[in-house]
Amino acid sequence: MNKGTRVLTQGITGATGQFHTRACKEYGTQMVAGVTPGKGGSSFEAIPIFDTVEKAVSATGANASVIYVPPPFAADAIMEAADAGLELIVAITEGVPIMEMVRVKRYLEGKKSLLLGPNCPGVITPGECKIGIMPGDIFQRGSVGVISRSGTLTYEAVDQLSRLGLGQSTCVGIGGDPVHGLDFVDVLILFNEDAQTKAVVMIGEIGGSAEEETALWIKANMRKPVVAFIVGQTAPPGKRMGHAGAIISGGKGTAREKIEALKKAGVQMASSPALIGQTMKESLSGNF
Amino acid sequence: MNIHEYQAKELLRRFGIPVPRGRAALTPQEVRAIAGELGGSCVVKAQIHAGGRGKAGGVKLAGSPEEAEKIAGEMLGKKLVTHQTGPQGRQVKCLLVEERLNIEREFYLGMVMDRSLSCVSVIASAEGGVEIEEVAQRSPEKILKEAIDPAVGLLPFQCRRLAYGLGLSGERANLLLSIAQGLYRAFVERDCSLAEINPLLLTREGELVALDAKMNFDNNALFRQPEITALRDLDEEDPKEYEASQLGLSYIALEGNIGCMVNGAGLAMATMDIIKLYGGEPANFLDVGGGATKDKVTEAFKILLSDKRVEGVLVNIFGGIMRCDVIAQGIVEAAREMRVTVPLVVRLQGTNVELGKKILSESGLSIIPAETMAEAAEKIVKAVRNNS
Repeated sequence: MNKGTRVLTQGITGATGQFHTRACKEYGTQMVAGVTPGKGGSSFEAIPIFDTVEKAVSATGANASVIYVPPPFAADAIMEAADAGLELIVAITEGVPIMEMVRVKRYLEGKKSLLLGPNCPGVITPGECKIGIMPGDIFQRGSVGVISRSGTLTYEAVDQLSRLGLGQSTCVGIGGDPVHGLDFVDVLILFNEDAQTKAVVMIGEIGGSAEEETALWIKANMRKPVVAFIVGQTAPPGKRMGHAGAIISGGKGTAREKIEALKKAGVQMASSPALIGQTMKESLSGNF
Repeated sequence: MNIHEYQAKELLRRFGIPVPRGRAALTPQEVRAIAGELGGSCVVKAQIHAGGRGKAGGVKLAGSPEEAEKIAGEMLGKKLVTHQTGPQGRQVKCLLVEERLNIEREFYLGMVMDRSLSCVSVIASAEGGVEIEEVAQRSPEKILKEAIDPAVGLLPFQCRRLAYGLGLSGERANLLLSIAQGLYRAFVERDCSLAEINPLLLTREGELVALDAKMNFDNNALFRQPEITALRDLDEEDPKEYEASQLGLSYIALEGNIGCMVNGAGLAMATMDIIKLYGGEPANFLDVGGGATKDKVTEAFKILLSDKRVEGVLVNIFGGIMRCDVIAQGIVEAAREMRVTVPLVVRLQGTNVELGKKILSESGLSIIPAETMAEAAEKIVKAVRNNS
C-alpha cells in the first residue's frame, strides 16, 4: 500500500463517502473512481462514478476499494469488489449482520482479495497513502507498525507515538467486529517481513480469543519487538461494549486472559492506555 | 438482544423442534387454567432473561391447578435473584406453565457464532442440564463440536457424528438430526448469536424435547428481523441503555460514580480502565460516536446525569474528523443548558485542539481541562473525592 495504490470508493454518493473520499484525496491518496449503482456516468469532484466495480476497475485500473455502503448492502459490496479482483478491500461500515460476514468470508476463500474490516477505520502508510477515516495529521512517517481493533483509541496511541518521535510505518485498523477480514496474525506476518517496520504496537479488546491465538504465533514466529495494550479491563461480563466483538461471554474473552497470554509470549504490556507510546519507547531503548 | 424462554420455545416449535405442551401466563388465574388444560400436574417457570432460575426457586412443580395457582401467586411480582442476575435480581412478570415430562437422559445442544473459525458451530454434550462452561472446564472431552460450512449448511453426516457421540442411534439419531437441522435453520433465518437447548430431554417414551431454550440475536441484524424485534422486553433492559440506543449513543451502566463521555468504543473502554487505574469507579460506558455535535453531547449529558450516583463527569474526546473547536462549543452549550453542577473534566485532543481549549477556558463554566488521559483521570478522581 503506497503512493501507487489506486483506490475506488463504494458508496461514494453518501455523505460519509463524499467527505472521506475528499479527505483521502487531499492527503495524497489516488482516489480514482466511485461506485454507486444507478449513478454511473456522474462524478464527484472530478472523480468518475460507475454503476459497477467491474466497470470502474476496467476504466481506471483501480486495485483497492474502500466501502462506506450502509449495513444492509455492505456484504454484497464486499463480494462485488472481490469478484472484480481487487487486491485490497477496506470495509469501513459498522453494523453489518454477523451472518453476512460469515458468508463473505466463505466467498472470499480462493479469491485474491484481502479484506480489512468491517467496522474499521482503515489503513494508512503515513505520507504515502490513506484509505479510511483516520485523521491524517496525527501520523508521522517512521518504523513502528500499529495494529488495532479500535478506532479512536488507535489515534490516541498513534498521537502518543508521534509526540515521542516514534513515527509509524503502516497503521492497520482490523476493526471491532467478531467475524472480519485480516486478523492480528495476518498483519503481523506482513510486519515481520516489512523492511520499514522495526517494532509493532498491538491494541486488543475484550471478546473472542484472537489475542490469545496471536500470542502463540508471536512466540513462535515474531522477530521484532511487540508492545501491546488490551482495553476493557473494567468491562462487565455479557455486555457488548460498543463494538459487536467486544463482549465477554461464557467467561471467555476477558482482558486478563489476553494480557497473560501475551506476556507469556514475551510481549511488553502497557499498563495504562496513557502509556502505550512510552512503553514502546522503553522497549526500543532496551529497558525491559 | 435476548428473549424469554417461552418465546424461544415458540420460535423453535415453528422450526420443527419438539417443545413441552404449555403456554405463558401473567396472572395466577391464567396459570390455574393452563394447569387444568395440561391435566392438573405441571411445572411453573419464572420468565426472566437470566439462567440459574431452578436453583433460585424460580422453577416449581405443581400437583394440581390449585397448587399451581398458589405457586404463581408467590412468584409473580417478586424479585428473583439467581447467580446470573446480580444481587438486585429481576422482577418476575410472566410465568411459563408446562406439562411435566419424565427424564431418561439430558443432553446439551447449542449453536454459537464461532469467532475463531468465522462460522456457526454446533456444540453437543451428553452432560445436559448443567452449565456448559462448567462441563467445558472440567471435562472438555465431553464437548462435541461441528463447524458448519455456510456454503452447504449442517450436513446429515455431521448430525450422525454428534448423535453417535451422544450415545444415540437408530430412530433417536434421526430425531437428533431433525432437531439439529431445525436449530440451524432457526439460527440462520433469525440471525441468532446464540441458540441453546439445555437440557434437550430424552423421555422414557423415546422422544427428544427441548426442555429449556435460550436464544440471543445479533443486534446488527435487527433491522431485518421485525418479528424478533417485536419480542423485545424493555422491562429486562436498563432504561438508560435503551434510551441511549434510540438516540444513536452506545451506553452501558456500571456501578461507580464517575460518568464518562467519549468518542469511540475502544477509547471509551480505555477511559473506564484508566479511571479505575487512578482509584476511581466508572459509572458507565458511553460512546457518542463519530458525530459529537452539540445535540448529541447534550443528550449524552442528560443520560449521564440522570444516574443519581454520578458525582463527576469526564469527557474524553479525540477529535479526528470532528474538530476540537466544534466539540468544545458543543460541550459548553450542553453543559450550560444542562446546568452541570458536578465537577467536569474535559480532555480534548486532535484537530484544532488549541482553539478547543480556548473555547473551554473562556466559557465561564468551571470546566477542568486536561492534556493527557492520565491527567484527566487523576483530576476527576481527585475532584470527586474532594467534593464528597
